[in-house]
Amino acid sequence: MTFSADSKGDAYARTLDCVHCGLCLPTCPTYQVLGVEADSPRGRIYLMRALAEGRVQDPQSIRPFLDRCLDCRACETACPSGVKYGEVLETTRAKLEQQQPARGLAAWLVRTLLWHVVAHQRRLRIAFALLRATERLGLRWLATRLGLMPAHMAAIAPTVPPAAERAPLRTGLHVPPPGVARRGVKVALFTGCIMEPVFGRVNRATLQVLLANGFDVDVPAAQRCCGALLVHAGQPERARELARANVAAFADADLVLNNSAGCGCAMKEYGHLLGDEAGAAFGKKCRDISEFLAEAGLTAAPRPLAAKAAYDDPCHLCHGQGVRAQPRQLLAQVPGLEMVAHGKPEDCCGSAGIYNLLQPDVAEEIGRRKIESLVRAGVDLVVTGNPGCMLQIDSHLRRAGHRIAVRHPIELLVPPA
Amino acid sequence: MPALERELERLLGERAVLTAPDALLAWECDGFTVHKSRPRAVVLPNSTAQVQAVVRLLHAAAVPFVPRGAGTCLSGGPTAGADAVVIDLARMRQVLHVSTEDLYAVVQPGVVNLDLTTAVHHLGLHYAPDPSSQSVCTIGGNFAENSGGPHCFKYGMTVDHVLGAVIVLPDGALCRLGDPAGARLPGALDLTAVFCGSEGTFGIATEITVRLCRDQRAVRTLLGAFATMTAACRTVSDIVAAGLVPAALEILDQATIRAVEASVYRAGYPADAAAVLLVELDGPDDVVAEEAAEVRAFMQQNGGLRIEEATDAAERKRLWKGRKGAFGAMGRLNTDLYVLDGVVPRTRLEEALVGISAIGQKHGVLLTNVFHAGDGNLHPNISYDGRDAAMTARTVAAGHEILQLCVDLGGSVSGEHGIGTEKLDHVRMMYGDADLDVMARVRAAWNPDGRCNPGKVLPSRNACAEVAKWPQMIAKVLDPEGGA
Repeated sequence: MTFSADSKGDAYARTLDCVHCGLCLPTCPTYQVLGVEADSPRGRIYLMRALAEGRVQDPQSIRPFLDRCLDCRACETACPSGVKYGEVLETTRAKLEQQQPARGLAAWLVRTLLWHVVAHQRRLRIAFALLRATERLGLRWLATRLGLMPAHMAAIAPTVPPAAERAPLRTGLHVPPPGVARRGVKVALFTGCIMEPVFGRVNRATLQVLLANGFDVDVPAAQRCCGALLVHAGQPERARELARANVAAFADADLVLNNSAGCGCAMKEYGHLLGDEAGAAFGKKCRDISEFLAEAGLTAAPRPLAAKAAYDDPCHLCHGQGVRAQPRQLLAQVPGLEMVAHGKPEDCCGSAGIYNLLQPDVAEEIGRRKIESLVRAGVDLVVTGNPGCMLQIDSHLRRAGHRIAVRHPIELLVPPA
Repeated sequence: MPALERELERLLGERAVLTAPDALLAWECDGFTVHKSRPRAVVLPNSTAQVQAVVRLLHAAAVPFVPRGAGTCLSGGPTAGADAVVIDLARMRQVLHVSTEDLYAVVQPGVVNLDLTTAVHHLGLHYAPDPSSQSVCTIGGNFAENSGGPHCFKYGMTVDHVLGAVIVLPDGALCRLGDPAGARLPGALDLTAVFCGSEGTFGIATEITVRLCRDQRAVRTLLGAFATMTAACRTVSDIVAAGLVPAALEILDQATIRAVEASVYRAGYPADAAAVLLVELDGPDDVVAEEAAEVRAFMQQNGGLRIEEATDAAERKRLWKGRKGAFGAMGRLNTDLYVLDGVVPRTRLEEALVGISAIGQKHGVLLTNVFHAGDGNLHPNISYDGRDAAMTARTVAAGHEILQLCVDLGGSVSGEHGIGTEKLDHVRMMYGDADLDVMARVRAAWNPDGRCNPGKVLPSRNACAEVAKWPQMIAKVLDPEGGA
């Protein structure tokens, strides 16, 4: 397979930016675990370039190496030549998927669930209600026992929180409570497909912090899933449909805030995904909640918290969006909170969207290394701003028998009631 | 699957043997991308015993093999022929032992250079040789190539830091070189030093004992920006003539500065300077302070446009960042990069740079320079498009002339990147038949069948007396199948 002349453009040209220096190797989680050149960014870029040049006989034979990539973008942070690795990978994956959809139950599940359930908030809510019911009936335990649910999936999949926590935010305009000085700035909030049912408390905390700090907050009803998981799974067409819906839903907003690093990164890249001005303009309006608050400044002091905590950078926040200082700067304002450094905060935790479900072995080892570093730091609390990372780190900590809580930074910024 | 591959899987397990031809493309070249060749298979052993088992099997089957570390070599050292098996040592990355009293460490070959320093940092120790690729390259590869680095001006090359090793010989036998207890004892032939720099043609080191150095009390890094390259070179000469021995003396030219400043490794080098000189001083506090003042004065005397001094670790790291990312940043100039590695006597640096620039113009290639000025070790970089055969040929031709110039000025064709396949044709600029014959006999003593990393370092006999035949390399570029 070769890229046709018209589509050869971007992705192929970007592979040519690589001069094979290898500075990306030590930053790559899969190379660190596997030690295989073809599982390193340099190796993958080389294979993708060879593919585009028509030198690969059987494109599907290089697919396992591309599929094993977490798309964490740590290599982009390390690359002196500025290779836009994520774009090359996502384009190539889409082409391979188009040529021959990935086989296997997991791949089928992903395709079906991502598009028919996750991308539709109502169906997702129903799915979670059903899941909750099955858990209450002990069916999950039974399913694991009977081998219907693979053990690794059972270990990672969170238990579904009660209905009150899953309740979605009220859509429409929210204004600061009486007594709070309004800043005259209106922001729009993106609530995310997974954040809502799994970590509803994070969305509520986000709203609460914004209001307490004097911002008007609009939660548009027409917003949808950001599409990141579909892009990663090589289904950009479906992702584009979602992206266009979001561009329209937030048409009136000047600033679109989100609290999910993966979504934020994907939305900032709508320009590339949609290939048009509207997408690029939308991307420029997007901010991570920490980015926004650090710049605007907190006017409401957070509730004091006597704890020792480590901040762990979500890949799509530090590598994908270059946001590193802001969350730390905000956490430093929590009275009583002691922030400590830990080993390698910018290394991937192995969550990477739904990677831990598709590549359990590699994700397991990457996750193990992450918590080893966190445990060594001797903290009571791990703070990270992405639902996938929160789930992965929490699951690893619990399974290893550690009583260390995992929180989103925004949860620590809520002022006293 | 052929019997050999099945047998390899039996020895190492399925996940440690790669044979899918398309996947093997990833091992087609190292940092010297001019020569490409896809190996027959790649194996990933995780212990001395596994390396030994694999080598025995390949020896019995008369199959050639090539050891590989992180593939950051710049001369084609780990590039394997189509009939050869790559023995990739990336999974052997354990620091086996650290002696804080006798100041040495025993490491597996796949340990990354910088990871060793990181592992002993809390003890106030470090591993001194620091190639620019130190965050990626392995100690095994450094040992094979006798790698250098900015700090080798003061501290010496890899050969000065390896004390001993366990070697799997090309027939699978095991041999111990030097003293595993970390002392370099006199009394017999120093085979550790002979092995160092043999570029994987004498066997595979599976345990390496290296010297650890104590961190210096004080370190200061100075940056001098100059309006001309000449001024930067003269400053270096003045510093050395005054009897100072800085830990490092590095120069970057304007094109390099601009590429680096456009990258994530931007270090705040002034983009309008024709040259940037980095000088690092280390030692006792008062000595370093005094020397820093002297260096500053030399920079001023030679018309330094801007002089900066970093005294804390973060500032120093910033100044070095640009230098360490320089090669990779060249990817901004064109699709491929040919990193040359010539040496000239320090006093002839200016002359060499003028000559190199003329050669670049003559061949119409884009040349940049970044170099270890203290050692006279030049790294002219040619940015080219490997898909353009004519441009590639011009690149290789310019490279050849540059190395000839270095030799003519009393220097060498390689300072630290090795000969590999890249400089097979250039070796004869320095050595005659008798010299090469001695080298060939030494190699035959280690590697009698010639199946351990074949086709590297020494030009083959039938290519002898063909000084004028250097375009052989160009022919190989244009017709890889024919030349291989």
